[in-house]
Amino acid sequence: MKLSLGPLQYFWPREQVLAFYRQTRDWPLDIIYLGETVCSKRRELGTRDWIALAEELADDGREIVLSGLALLEAESELGALQRIIRNGRFTVEANDMSAVQLCRENGVRFVAGPTLNIYNARTLQLLREDGLYRLALGVEQGRELLRALDEQTRAAGETLPELEIIAWGRLPLSYSARCFTARALDVAKDQCGFRCIEHPDGLPLATREEQPFLTINGIQIQSHEVFDLCPELPELREAGIDILRLYPQIGDMAAIVNYFDAARRGEVPVERRGARNGYWEGSAGMESVNATMPI
Amino acid sequence: MQLVCPAGNLPALMAAIDNGADAVYVGFRDQTNARAFPGLNFSDDDLRRGIACARQHRRKVYLALNTYPESARMSEWHAAVDRAADIGASAIIAADMAVLDYAARRHPDLPRHLSVQGSATTQAALRYYHERFGIARAVLPRVLSLQQVERLCAATPVPLEVFAFGSLCIMVEGRCQLSSYVTGASPNRHGVCSPARFVKWEEQTDGSRTVRLNGVLMDRYAEGEAAGYPTVCKGRFDVGGEVFHALEEPTSLNTLGLLPQLARAGVVALKIEGRQRGAAYVASVARVWRRAIDELQASNEKWSLRPEWQTELSAHAEGHQTTLGPYHRSWH
Repeated sequence: MKLSLGPLQYFWPREQVLAFYRQTRDWPLDIIYLGETVCSKRRELGTRDWIALAEELADDGREIVLSGLALLEAESELGALQRIIRNGRFTVEANDMSAVQLCRENGVRFVAGPTLNIYNARTLQLLREDGLYRLALGVEQGRELLRALDEQTRAAGETLPELEIIAWGRLPLSYSARCFTARALDVAKDQCGFRCIEHPDGLPLATREEQPFLTINGIQIQSHEVFDLCPELPELREAGIDILRLYPQIGDMAAIVNYFDAARRGEVPVERRGARNGYWEGSAGMESVNATMPI
Repeated sequence: MQLVCPAGNLPALMAAIDNGADAVYVGFRDQTNARAFPGLNFSDDDLRRGIACARQHRRKVYLALNTYPESARMSEWHAAVDRAADIGASAIIAADMAVLDYAARRHPDLPRHLSVQGSATTQAALRYYHERFGIARAVLPRVLSLQQVERLCAATPVPLEVFAFGSLCIMVEGRCQLSSYVTGASPNRHGVCSPARFVKWEEQTDGSRTVRLNGVLMDRYAEGEAAGYPTVCKGRFDVGGEVFHALEEPTSLNTLGLLPQLARAGVVALKIEGRQRGAAYVASVARVWRRAIDELQASNEKWSLRPEWQTELSAHAEGHQTTLGPYHRSWH
């Protein structure tokens, strides 16, 4: 079982980002995803900086993957994506069909990110023809869906590609053209002042009876809960999962990586640190939220 | 520019045709389409009648097959594509690659439109679906500004359809798991958003009402306060100590004022949302848009937006409010 560090979904100051990734050199990770996936206006690190960081981190012998935006609107964003894809060295996480097409046109292999809609074996097969070499499952895809995907793939005489699942972090639930951080702070998106940098772990949204519910992160909405599939590790193994994706969250990320590393080595009994993910069992993502312990 | 209207049943389809729709889009009575509501959609008999009526008036009927089948249920979607072809639909509207691929191989002469659920917002994404599955048209997600729509129209390999009027999904279609997260019922997989069986209204002793979605409080209304349908994106929540519509107000999209610009940009079709609405809605909205489009085509540069059109459309809007939505930069 490999461990990957998912792309940083929040907007952190440049120095903080660089310091964070410098620390990762000591962490037991196999794969690191780098790049801006949420908002093209976030430019503490530009495309060139991300690629430079990738070069630096690749020296440690880990697999580095460059992640692209989930929602593209402007021509300039397509241009930036093209530069990422033509980096000449690293593979790419495609989070939109634009990236799939550009990878296909440039002959670059790609990881299908969790925002691509891959619900069945035939879709997966078509994307493999396009250069897909790994599938990061979408947030609502659990055990049963995976089993059916596997069965249908085998029935076609093929095997599944490498499978990655979001095992730690807030779930990315939706994307909009609208920036909800700007809306909450009552500023226009075009004059946002990059205020999401003030919310390095997102902006909490609660119901009117103070139940924590969602997290606002620019144009992205995440779960409030930080989900944790570590206790389900034996089931994930059995289901054929190859890679556990850990999304960077504020706090002691090194401890989280070590928690998963210890679990995959089977060294210690796992005590759940995040919320139970209902999706894995085939129910609503947040259905079991009340049954969890705080981190 | 074609006017594409919704129909959830035969009377709505007839109303759309009677009031000037060039095309009507419909769905089967199952989860193969994104409005899989109880009591809604077409039996094969009704659909045959509807298609016969549309043909008589030289209008088109599009079959929405725009949900994402899981591997185990693929055969249901294949059967739906076959039925659409057999019954004589003018096109199918699909999002899933496997569905598009199956249709392209099995029924190459049945035109394929990429559904809004396909989330294609760039020329590269459109190129993919065009090269891979030979789509004849694509419906754009409600995320682009007018200027971005204009640029995309100039660069796209396929004709584009845009949303013109109706309930406003504020998230990228096909990329929203909010309903799924709270209820397990997902627009992508089950063709529903915030289904009614998870909605619970409760009247409080002070006359106020609360509305919950699978137990999660979506909003609370004072006595007499107008209440909307509790989708997560239109609830009132607390952010930083302030309670407001943190994602979006209950409001509908209305782009009638942009009609000349959309026509100039080269948009080929305007889509009216609302298969879940009745025949009266379809008739009224279709009539207004038909007149507006006809006047634009007749008058060229002299077209003007009539206040009575806006009044009539607003009456059908959520919360009687309309917005230009993402077409206008200030909405973003």
